[in-house]
Amino acid sequence: MNRRRGRFGRPEIVGLMFAAPWLVGISIFGLYPIVSSFYLSLCRYNIIRPPAFIGIENYSILFTEDPLFWKSLWNTVYLTAFGLPVQLGFALAAAMLLNMKVKGQSVFRTLTYLPTVVPAVATAILWVWILNPEYGLLNSVLRFIGLPAPGWLSDPTWSKPALILVGIWGTGNTAIIFLAGLQQVPRALYEAATVDGAGILQQFRHVTLPMLSPVIFFNLVMGIIGSFQYFTHVYVMTAGLGGGGRGAGGPEFSTLVYPLYLYQNAFLFFRMGYASAMAWILFLIVAVILAFVFRTSSWVHEDS
Amino acid sequence: MERFAFLRPFRHVPAYVLLSILAGCFAVPFIWMLSSSLKDTGQIFQFPPTIFPNPVIWDNYQKAVNFIPFLRYLGNTLIICTGAIIGNVLSASLVAYSLGVLRWNGRDHLFKILIASMLLPPQVTMVPVFVIFRSLGMIDTYWPLILPSFFGAPFFIFLLRQFFLGIPQELTEAARIDGCSEFGIYWRVVVPLSVPALATVVLFSFIWTWTDFLTPLIYLQDQNKFTLSLGLQQFQESNRAEWGMLMAAATLITLPIIALFFAAQKTFIEGIVTTGLKG
Repeated sequence: MNRRRGRFGRPEIVGLMFAAPWLVGISIFGLYPIVSSFYLSLCRYNIIRPPAFIGIENYSILFTEDPLFWKSLWNTVYLTAFGLPVQLGFALAAAMLLNMKVKGQSVFRTLTYLPTVVPAVATAILWVWILNPEYGLLNSVLRFIGLPAPGWLSDPTWSKPALILVGIWGTGNTAIIFLAGLQQVPRALYEAATVDGAGILQQFRHVTLPMLSPVIFFNLVMGIIGSFQYFTHVYVMTAGLGGGGRGAGGPEFSTLVYPLYLYQNAFLFFRMGYASAMAWILFLIVAVILAFVFRTSSWVHEDS
Repeated sequence: MERFAFLRPFRHVPAYVLLSILAGCFAVPFIWMLSSSLKDTGQIFQFPPTIFPNPVIWDNYQKAVNFIPFLRYLGNTLIICTGAIIGNVLSASLVAYSLGVLRWNGRDHLFKILIASMLLPPQVTMVPVFVIFRSLGMIDTYWPLILPSFFGAPFFIFLLRQFFLGIPQELTEAARIDGCSEFGIYWRVVVPLSVPALATVVLFSFIWTWTDFLTPLIYLQDQNKFTLSLGLQQFQESNRAEWGMLMAAATLITLPIIALFFAAQKTFIEGIVTTGLKG
């Protein structure tokens, strides 16, 4: 490529033309909505009547008068702060098991991955049944081995752990990516570590973790994003406890996650301006968290 | 060491025990779903629960198909899936050609924006996008579920670009010297060489459309237009205790995806791994 940088000519025109579908798409479905939702967030807007400008009222109501806003934010932060590390740790452990050199691994790998292709609605309904306090499989097993059997989705203290549990069942994706990362770690590194007298834990600490850090970083970023748009499972698992989507998020709003409350405001209460303010806050929170994660990513081993 | 040589045949036993526990944890919910779908009400609420239904009841499937109505929703879902697949394959391959094969100033900046746009939660843009489709009179139609695919989904563009980068430049150069237009190179050289990657796009856009719940929930109102995911959820909302029927319906909506997974396991795993490792 001998073309001078910064020149605009025929190749640029052709390049932009091929990229046109996405350029149009990101403008209509990305940039315009971000700008537009900022304007709407400053309006009272119920979609039937045109938006009426009210300044920062939506934001001040959110911050000072709406306990559900803080509740939903807390619920999402809870699931990210406690659920995500558990799920990542579980996926990594599973990947290490699946990386062992034994016969029949492909069967184990398939079984681990399979839950992730199940439609989210089916997963959610299945787990409502498994977590059923009286007749569900999980509590039957817990009672059988003499452990307490909590109410799971009907008990505010156990509902979020229940969601995390369902999340663990779907970590096959993450595990497969970890596994691919593990397979790329050169065997020579482990052999060298063994020669130096490193035990299994030391090998994990000084070989596996650093070599895997780019993959851990990727899964962490995807996990954070996934957590801030977590919707379908919780909607299906809790809707209908009292009046369709309006009842979703129970009991006692303990599973009212941020995207769910945003959805309810926009499409059930038709407070589109209010929902737009929530969308913008979500945008800022995700941006700040990701900036922080990328800033503090010095632990990620760059090799390529 | 030698003293324990007789243990050598058993050295993999701990590994198998751990792997079996792991695989068991993932498999049991499936077995439970299948088993519950074949039980009548009496067996469902029996304590302690049994894994093998006795007798095996097939009624739940018949009831689920009739009540949901399964075939209608299957047809609706397939229409939307077809539209989304066509859109994703066409648009993502064009954009990936620009970002992976063509060489032009600004290309790499655009690629970075593409990656960044993948990090945007859809909830941020949900309200204005709804307003757009409403002003176009497209609420309660399939357009909001299909049209966005024609504007290049970043994940698919990324996937195809990674693949296109691996196509030897000599091939595209040769075609260019022979006087082939850029579109001709795209259509006659790059696309035929990329069938495996395009298959990945087809596969994932089928599954994501099949599985999608939020978009149909927002845009579809008429029950006759529902997709399987939305229909199943609505059915569950009004029949919360019909576990046998619900599990039968959940099995039915899951089976096609699982069949597809086994038919195209390699394509699947490679798609997942590409995003994680080459990103």
